[in-house]
Amino acid sequence: MKTLNNLKPGQSGVVESITAEGALKRHFLDMGITKGVVVTMERIAPFGDPVAVRLRGYSLSLRRAEAKKIVLEEHA
Amino acid sequence: MSSKKTIAIIGNPNSGKTTLFNRLTGSNQHVGNWPGVTVDRKTGHICHDGVGIDIVDLPGIYSLSPYTQEEIIAREFVLSDELDGILNIVDAANIERNLYLTLQLIALGLPMVVALGFMDDVRAQGIEIDCDVLSERLGVPVVPISAKKGENMHNLLDGLAHHMRAPDKQPPYLHGVGAAIRRAAEQLQPLPLRQCSLPFYAAKLLEGDSAMWAQMDRLQMPEHMRVEINSIAAGMQSHANLTDKEMVLADALYDYIEEVVRAAYQRPKVHKETLTERIDKIVLHRVWALPIFAFFMFLMFWCTFGPIGSLLGDGMEYLIQSIISPAIRNGLTAAHTQDWLIGLICDGAIGGVGGVLSFLPQIVILFFFLSVLEDTGYLARVAFIMDTLLRRIGLSGKSFVPMLMGFGCTTPAVMAARTMENDADRRMTIMLTPFMSCGAKLPVYALVAGALFGAHQGLVVISLYVLGILMGILAGFLLKKTIFKEVSSGFVLELPTYRLPSFKGTVLNMWQKAKDFITRAGTLIFLMSVVIWLLQNFTPSLDVAQNAGESILGVIGTFIAPVFKPLGFGQWQESVALLTGLVAKEAVVSTMSVLYGAGGDSAMLSGLLGTVFTPLAGYSFLVFTLLYMPCMSAFATIKREMGGWRWAFGAAAFQTVLAYLAAMVVYQVGSLFL
Repeated sequence: MKTLNNLKPGQSGVVESITAEGALKRHFLDMGITKGVVVTMERIAPFGDPVAVRLRGYSLSLRRAEAKKIVLEEHA
Repeated sequence: MSSKKTIAIIGNPNSGKTTLFNRLTGSNQHVGNWPGVTVDRKTGHICHDGVGIDIVDLPGIYSLSPYTQEEIIAREFVLSDELDGILNIVDAANIERNLYLTLQLIALGLPMVVALGFMDDVRAQGIEIDCDVLSERLGVPVVPISAKKGENMHNLLDGLAHHMRAPDKQPPYLHGVGAAIRRAAEQLQPLPLRQCSLPFYAAKLLEGDSAMWAQMDRLQMPEHMRVEINSIAAGMQSHANLTDKEMVLADALYDYIEEVVRAAYQRPKVHKETLTERIDKIVLHRVWALPIFAFFMFLMFWCTFGPIGSLLGDGMEYLIQSIISPAIRNGLTAAHTQDWLIGLICDGAIGGVGGVLSFLPQIVILFFFLSVLEDTGYLARVAFIMDTLLRRIGLSGKSFVPMLMGFGCTTPAVMAARTMENDADRRMTIMLTPFMSCGAKLPVYALVAGALFGAHQGLVVISLYVLGILMGILAGFLLKKTIFKEVSSGFVLELPTYRLPSFKGTVLNMWQKAKDFITRAGTLIFLMSVVIWLLQNFTPSLDVAQNAGESILGVIGTFIAPVFKPLGFGQWQESVALLTGLVAKEAVVSTMSVLYGAGGDSAMLSGLLGTVFTPLAGYSFLVFTLLYMPCMSAFATIKREMGGWRWAFGAAAFQTVLAYLAAMVVYQVGSLFL
């Protein structure tokens, strides 16, 4: 299963689903991480975690463990 | 005709909401707290065309979900009867995500105006926006503005005073979502809810919002209504080919937003790299990020606690101790006031309050930096850079700045924790900050280490700083395993567009913090100073104490001295010194100086300490000094920021117990080897 965590800086993917629950899932949805949205990996923090991604015209930072809960479409 | 209404200003964090609020209300603001929480509640009053408007600044939120403190406050407020309309500020440069909140607000059905902010930024990017199309699709008036330049403010005020209107329609969401919301809202009609907001209630129930369902239980929603709404929800999900109701709703909203944006937005053919993207390439560079960050932190630290801050602090102290206090003393003497009363006023009250007020310049400088860091958008980057290190002890990247400040002074550091939105993280940061050895403890280390460790004193002092950090980490683990077990909402954080902070906003922010601090110094700290002075100067039979030993404080010191026996220092003088350290940590030095009869002679005191303490007992004393509860200024701040005495005493007890155990381990284990 390909997740947001697998992207390298500069690569993009299309969101397929979210495996998070509760507050985190709600937060993802509120921040615009919905099915079909294009997400681009921007950069990785100096210590390797968290990561910064770009979607819907803004930058969002999240931890790798959280990025793992965002599933991307395989073929993208 | 004159009338009066209450309007809430609502928008995403970083949407320019505060700038707009300041622009609209000027200095005509009142800051308080929302009931029960330490989130600021700002209210401003304006009058336009004979219409009086109270504007309530709601905390910046992304959504009306019931998860964060800010969201809960905003949701309760918009569903209350207190408000007549909504001013929704939308960042035009980040419109997709901003409109998500707008759609939820539209579901409330209240009269509203959308202010489309940062229009200058958008034009600079070559984007054109058709506000008429936007307004027509959303069903509410849209006014383009630039809060910083004051562009179009008059139109916005006209809009607030005369042209606010309830949305003419609810958006036609796809996949049957729009129809489902309409049908569920019809079902809800018999309930005692605000009728115009039924689409909002309906949408929340359909997505399975547990807080909303709980409210329905309280309203005793009839069973058939519950069944009907659940079946509407079930029908809705099969249409969209998604299994999760929450996702179906969010999807429908974002689909609609994309359609609106396509219709109203004209983007240039080639994407121009924004200034923010260019700055981040340097500031968040994998190699350069850390040195740049270290430089900014150094600059902030140096200005606050270095020459500038200390100079202003000393000036403040001079003003109070050498000018104001003697003037009052002379005045009282001339009026033949009794000696003890003069002592109480000048030494007790003014001394105590003055000692705390001497921190004021540092606090103002620190908040200048924090306010700039936050308003420019760099604070979010600090969190991004430092998160991994701090997560190991159960904190988040945002704890870094308060912790660093803790090495200077605990009081402003605890206040700096306000920048953290997660409540558990914030409380934990406040409880751990005092473990970072503050500047006022340094004179104590210098005295005792100088007297007992000679050439190795530098090493001893460094070891104390390291021990403080290690104990902070340990305490972090302990707290995470006990009180703060709740799952953190994680680290999903927007890295906002870089923006120049507004001068007005920065000054207002500093002034509010200073006012806050002065108010506290004038009330709580005033009282505590008076009490401690009385304890220090009267015997238990309420006669004037001839020497410190027979004062109430001395008696208490003698009484509790045995408690410190296992730590290696059992004389009453040390106990009293530690007690007065609660006023200010550096008072430990002056108290010992008085109690051991050394006057102001530091060489003599140093010699005396060499005879009273063994090196091991001295080190144990320093460990206790490092870790026990912070001074009353910090304690009062913790009480305020944690929102209650229970938390403040809990934190103090936690710190003191840990200090006791650590010092005991040092002394007892050390005794086995020495």
